[in-house]
Amino acid sequence: MSPETVEITCIACPVGCDVSIEVEGGEIQSIEGFTCPRGKEYAKEEYRNPTRILPTTARVAGGVLPRVPVKSAEPMPKPELEAAMREIAAVEVQAPVELGDVIVENVCDTDVDIVATRDLPAADEGPKAAD
Amino acid sequence: MTETEAEAEAEPVESTESAAAAESAIRHEAHDLVVVGGGPAGLAAAQEAYDHGVDDIVILERDFELGGILQQCIHNGFGLHYFDEELTGPEYAQEFIENVAERGVDIRLNTMVQEVTDEKTVYAVSEDVGLTEIDAEAVVLAMGCRERTREALDIPGDRPAGVFSAGTAQRYINMEGKMPGEKAVILGSGDIGLIMARRMYLEGAEVPAVLEVMPYSGGLTRNVVQCLEDFDIPLRTQQTITEIYGDERVEGVTVQEVDDDFEPIPGTEYDIECDTVLLSVGLIPENELSEGAGVDMHPVTGGPVVDDGRETSVEDIYACGNVLHVHDLVDWVTEESMIAGRSVAKQLNDEIDIREEPIEIESTGAVSYVVPERVSKSDADREELPLYLRVYAPMNEVFVTVESGDEQLAREFERRAEPGEMITVDLDAEALEDLPENRLVVDVVPKEEI
Repeated sequence: MSPETVEITCIACPVGCDVSIEVEGGEIQSIEGFTCPRGKEYAKEEYRNPTRILPTTARVAGGVLPRVPVKSAEPMPKPELEAAMREIAAVEVQAPVELGDVIVENVCDTDVDIVATRDLPAADEGPKAAD
Repeated sequence: MTETEAEAEAEPVESTESAAAAESAIRHEAHDLVVVGGGPAGLAAAQEAYDHGVDDIVILERDFELGGILQQCIHNGFGLHYFDEELTGPEYAQEFIENVAERGVDIRLNTMVQEVTDEKTVYAVSEDVGLTEIDAEAVVLAMGCRERTREALDIPGDRPAGVFSAGTAQRYINMEGKMPGEKAVILGSGDIGLIMARRMYLEGAEVPAVLEVMPYSGGLTRNVVQCLEDFDIPLRTQQTITEIYGDERVEGVTVQEVDDDFEPIPGTEYDIECDTVLLSVGLIPENELSEGAGVDMHPVTGGPVVDDGRETSVEDIYACGNVLHVHDLVDWVTEESMIAGRSVAKQLNDEIDIREEPIEIESTGAVSYVVPERVSKSDADREELPLYLRVYAPMNEVFVTVESGDEQLAREFERRAEPGEMITVDLDAEALEDLPENRLVVDVVPKEEI
């Protein structure tokens, strides 16, 4: 099998280094273009097991707003993002919600929880959104 | 006296009475510090001013809650510099909302500021109180920015429903739970455009293309990767919408390639069918109140001209955050607003020395602007003076230099400089006390020219 080069843009910080990974037979031969240890680590991970934080929203009943923002508490496997969106869409939580509340446990069997990213008061206890 | 004359005579009396009635309906207050806007800038300025000895602070916020635009920016990527961890917008906001609440800062929600005078009188209205007149010792302007609209671009065509600014769509989806459409073309690849491409896609809409008039994306690299490349959403650079068509609802757009002067190239037209157009075509500092107060404005940033404490040309009126210049990271908004808050507190407590002659800061060459524009205070507690700057075009391997006369005060290497990413240079504050001339010049020089 001939070697191939995989180009990865590091997103560990705003610099955005262009990192190239030399791969042969699925094995990483060399990594170039990073400018800090985080860049090398990121590129390796991004090639082997790309993960993402998933930020989205969940339905809320009785809150000052009808949606609460949520995220995966940890980076989750990139291929599961769309399935996770569908699982979160099936949920409706009751206000009040507190930052850090688990909204979906172990989403798509990834061992990652979906958690609320803000406090959302119930409509009768907090300030109301003007219509 | 005829009846008509009597009526005419009576009229002024009546209007005086009603004027008196109106006058008594105005609530009068006096406070040390009034902060206009309860977004990240206003919150950080209030917190820092409080921590430096100002305890009579009022924040006036027009929305129903604090946090500003962060509440709709549900994506992660905030706080890497300030908190050293990656937070979402609402998480970042909540930290500061809790901080001002703990400090007992007076928060007025659903309150819209109508006017700020050069005498620091602030007029605000709310449904609960009506009109309030506040005499302030100092005012911090922290109104943020707003989005450029279709009108600002003069995109020809029909006027159907379905054309939104990206931020409006973001609020609809993320806070109100409403989808703006099913198939969206996005014009502009700044961060909001990129973030909204992913958001629309993940919420089930199709995103046939993100169009960018420049030859490169205006957003952060990681957003290009995580919002477009992850979902195979095409970024088409040097292309723009030259017509929006549709009867009642958007039915499609005509797209054209543009040349280096952004002029559409004839013969390159093609159509994309869609029901929604999202515009992410720039942000404008929201400075109607600043202009009303008579502060000097900067032609490039669109915000007030400020000194090192973020004080405007009107004494005791300060500005920070996106109202001053549009930031790419909220972390810098926080840092800058804390500078303003600290400076306000020192001024109110008579702890600050004003320089006899200010040091003017100029940008030259490829530097599009530098904030602050002058140093007029000398602050013994300050070790470093950060300069925020932007460049006109992307460049690789450059040095940012700060010089005064023939003396070089700072030289920092940047592997890559882009208009979308603000550059910070920290000056040694001590070096400012002994300059060859009262002028600093900030330049960007390619590595090979040094």
